Amino acid sequence: MEDLFGIPAPLLFGQVLLGLINGAFYAMLSLGLAVIFGLLNIVNMAHGALFMMGAFVAWLLLDKLGLGYWWALLLSPFIVGAFGVLLEKLFISRLYKLDHLYGLLLTFGLALVIEGVFRNEFGSSGLPYRIPPELSGSWDLDFMFLPIYRAWVVIFALVACLATWLVIEKTRLGAYLRAATENAPLVQAFGVNVPRMVTLTYGAGVALAALGGVLAAPIYSVNPQMGSNLIIVVFAVVVIGGMGSILGAVLTGFGLGIVEGMTKVFYPEASATVIFVIMVIVLLARPAGLFGRA
Amino acid sequence: MATHQRGRLPSGAQLSAPGVRRRGVLAAAGALAATGTVPARAQTPTIRLGVLTDMSGTYRDPTGPGSVACTQQAAAEMASRGLSVEVLQADHQNKPDVGANIARQWYDQGVDAVVDVPTSSVALAINGIAREKNKVFLNSGAATSDLTGPACSPNTVHFTYDTYMLAKSTGAALAKAGGDTWFFVTADYAFGHALQRDTARFVEAAGGKVLGAARYPFPATTDFSAFLVQAQSSRAKVLGLANAGTDTATCIKQAREFGLTRNMRIAGLLMSFMEVHSLGLPTAQGLLMTEPFYWDLNDRTRAFSERVRPRMPGQAMPAQVQAGCYGVAMHYLKAVADMGVAAAKADGRAAVARMKAMPTDDDAFGQGRIREDGRKIHPSYLFEVKAPGESRGQWDYLKVVATTPAEEAFRPMAEGGCPLVRS
Amino acid sequence: MSDTAITAGALPAPKAENAVAWGFSRAQFGALAAMIVFLAVAPFVLYPVFIMKLLCFALFALAFNLLIGYVGLLSFGHAAYFGMGGYIAGYSAKALGLSPELAILGGGIVAGLLGAVFGWIAIRRQGIYFAMITLALAQMVYFFCVQAPFTGGEDGIQAIPRGNLLGVVPLDRDMNMYWLVAGIFLGSFLLIHRIVHSPFGQVLKAIRENEPRTTSLGYKTDDYKLVAFILSSALAGVAGATKSLVFGIATLTDVHWSMSGEVVLMTLVGGLGTTFGPVIGAAVIVTMQNYLAELGAWVTVIQGVIFVACVLAFRRGIIGELGNLLKVKL
Repeated sequence: MEDLFGIPAPLLFGQVLLGLINGAFYAMLSLGLAVIFGLLNIVNMAHGALFMMGAFVAWLLLDKLGLGYWWALLLSPFIVGAFGVLLEKLFISRLYKLDHLYGLLLTFGLALVIEGVFRNEFGSSGLPYRIPPELSGSWDLDFMFLPIYRAWVVIFALVACLATWLVIEKTRLGAYLRAATENAPLVQAFGVNVPRMVTLTYGAGVALAALGGVLAAPIYSVNPQMGSNLIIVVFAVVVIGGMGSILGAVLTGFGLGIVEGMTKVFYPEASATVIFVIMVIVLLARPAGLFGRA
Repeated sequence: MATHQRGRLPSGAQLSAPGVRRRGVLAAAGALAATGTVPARAQTPTIRLGVLTDMSGTYRDPTGPGSVACTQQAAAEMASRGLSVEVLQADHQNKPDVGANIARQWYDQGVDAVVDVPTSSVALAINGIAREKNKVFLNSGAATSDLTGPACSPNTVHFTYDTYMLAKSTGAALAKAGGDTWFFVTADYAFGHALQRDTARFVEAAGGKVLGAARYPFPATTDFSAFLVQAQSSRAKVLGLANAGTDTATCIKQAREFGLTRNMRIAGLLMSFMEVHSLGLPTAQGLLMTEPFYWDLNDRTRAFSERVRPRMPGQAMPAQVQAGCYGVAMHYLKAVADMGVAAAKADGRAAVARMKAMPTDDDAFGQGRIREDGRKIHPSYLFEVKAPGESRGQWDYLKVVATTPAEEAFRPMAEGGCPLVRS
Repeated sequence: MSDTAITAGALPAPKAENAVAWGFSRAQFGALAAMIVFLAVAPFVLYPVFIMKLLCFALFALAFNLLIGYVGLLSFGHAAYFGMGGYIAGYSAKALGLSPELAILGGGIVAGLLGAVFGWIAIRRQGIYFAMITLALAQMVYFFCVQAPFTGGEDGIQAIPRGNLLGVVPLDRDMNMYWLVAGIFLGSFLLIHRIVHSPFGQVLKAIRENEPRTTSLGYKTDDYKLVAFILSSALAGVAGATKSLVFGIATLTDVHWSMSGEVVLMTLVGGLGTTFGPVIGAAVIVTMQNYLAELGAWVTVIQGVIFVACVLAFRRGIIGELGNLLKVKL
């Protein structure tokens, strides 16, 4: 068995692979945050709660309607996205003229409400959600067992991120979006319904979070805290990457997942804090973030 | 709704939800009426039990409303013997300051004993308050063995389990049964360390070997795969999970996903059958865990469980901590009846001393006793979770694989460092 | 899009200040007198431990308000300083046997040092980035406190002795402790008021209104922000230290991010950038938590609803709205 840095190479490869899986969630969540921030200029503190909602909707679809994983993958983002549209219409849209910090406070309040309601309704010990039979089992890769579902998560997340990037960079809709980010009144003047676009963007960002939630449901237990545990790390990821670029958010997400995975091998005690430490270093060296525009 | 109660309290003490509170009184009163002893006993002062538990957090299911139900069951049974008992409840949200605040006000306003209190930090805080105010603290839910060790108090009884008991039963019994090489996945904080250290000691004492341990950051970890893969490559026979609650459940789920169950046994060092219930048998089958109570142990436990079920949330079977609330409340109320209500209310220390002097006997835990250091002793059982095919019904989850007798199950008094114990 | 922090548009417009004494206007002077009378009478009418809790949180909110209200910096990680102050005070009183006044002072100093480091890092970015960075840094402190041996991890530091003030006054008696807490609160309140109305405070407010212009006037705004950050975190540390002595415990609750959220809520409810708002906000929230504790997780929901309602409809907070109604600055 070959050793790399004193660690058996197979174990190291295994951990890199596992890091990618965590990175997939970081990437999807920070992507959603970046998209929302780009157009709405608010930090969506409710992102974690909506991620959690995505997982719960999947569970509810199965429990109440008997609709399994594949339906959930399709429906949950739609349902939660629609809920997001409602939130934007009812609350967030009233804040665009104010300081961005109010958006942060408002969404933080919304996150508390959503999390509290779910905790009252479902307790906090977690609900089981099974891996779909088509994706259960694992591959023996010589150096480790790779559960098929984990591989699916990484691939699916990559595809979702790339699709988002393509829509924003390569389509007409994306062009409107980018233009509105730069100068909303001007785009409005060209006859584009900017408020509706803003609403739908928020819905799309939220749907992305919900999609992450559905992907996470079979791996983690579905519980009301699952989002808030993750979201603070994602904020750090966003600070590191800078919110300026879509691709930057995705790359940073996956990259930090791998870094975190490696830390779990070399110094597991620090694996919770490593991303924050990187954040500090990046802030000192490059305050705007790795991909940010100062 | 009971607003006069609140108005009386200086800062709005956290009394129980009015509806539930009233139910508690009614239950006791109903039992009184049934035995026809009401007129004679109407003048006796009421004993007040405050169930302080986790009504909204991680430990809600194995404690929470079920603990309240079991305490009410004890109150109702003792009410039929002529005691007037009132059961209050509150949520400590797993926060020591919230719990301490409630307990302080409860004690100041006539609550005689605080019952349950899962979460060690909260339990330790209330342990001190009960002593300061010379009241009674009947703990069922906390895991820390410090309650009968350095922090032991003449006002406290620690009833159901502690980390030492769990470690001994699971570690020693399993090592003897052939599970002699271990790998731990440990939550990186005091509780996880203690559980791992104690278990490792018993494993080694029984001739086993610890091949390694992975400490994961708590509470930040949601993905345990990195640590589980390390466990897998250690080729140990037993994976010991030195953690609790959701973490344990997630570990088990992911261990199955990564195929660890093919060649490893998984031992949850702190688990309740409620977690088995929420994981489901297909995921949990084959798990090993220690509990001092299971509803299907014998005729008496079955009788008790059937009796209390109508009160339980969702008509669930009681879990160990909940049954412990019944057991400890029963014994306290028996001691109260024995020494007189007024005397018990006046002096918490004397009430606990009387509890220690009387042998215990209840349907949930059978016969036993309470030691000088406040430790209740009873046998502990190592259980294995049944395979789905073996289970005969909704709550039929566990089978006994080993029993540790009462006198050996808990830490010997001499080793605990409790100042109350005369050496 | 400029990244300026909370701007004047949402706050009560600054009015000409016709100070009566010590920078207090006539109305503020009345309110201050009322507050002092309350402090003197309250322990005889209400449960002293509860009032002490309230005062600790009021001080915490005042410290937080120094940043958000007067510099426009939203720190979403103030629990780090509050909790760390508590741990340091608890540890020095219990393990090192220091007297209570030294324990509280130590808590404030360590929290201030922590604030100096974190502030130095965080002021590199503005607005929402500042908020996210402070949140992330505070989370780091939380993880540190879970693992560090001196904090007692999940169990926290238990049975912290209140000790004797200056070696003579036994604080075990609730009333003695109360007068100490009331003194600390009032002293800090006046100190914050003094800071805000000093030339230094004027520069802070200028930064809040328009940072680039302040820079162009020749002020090193980063230095001012850093000093304000250190002061705020040190005072938050004093609040946490006092609280840990009052209750005899220091635990993870006080370093958790939800505590950071709570102090934001208190200040928002009372009124950002008002003199008395944080005190009233803390009183409202602490009382609510006490009365509603039996509702368990619904407390979180109610807090969330208050957040939303405040942001949407009452951005001035209770005191701000009241001041607006009475046409005075409170």
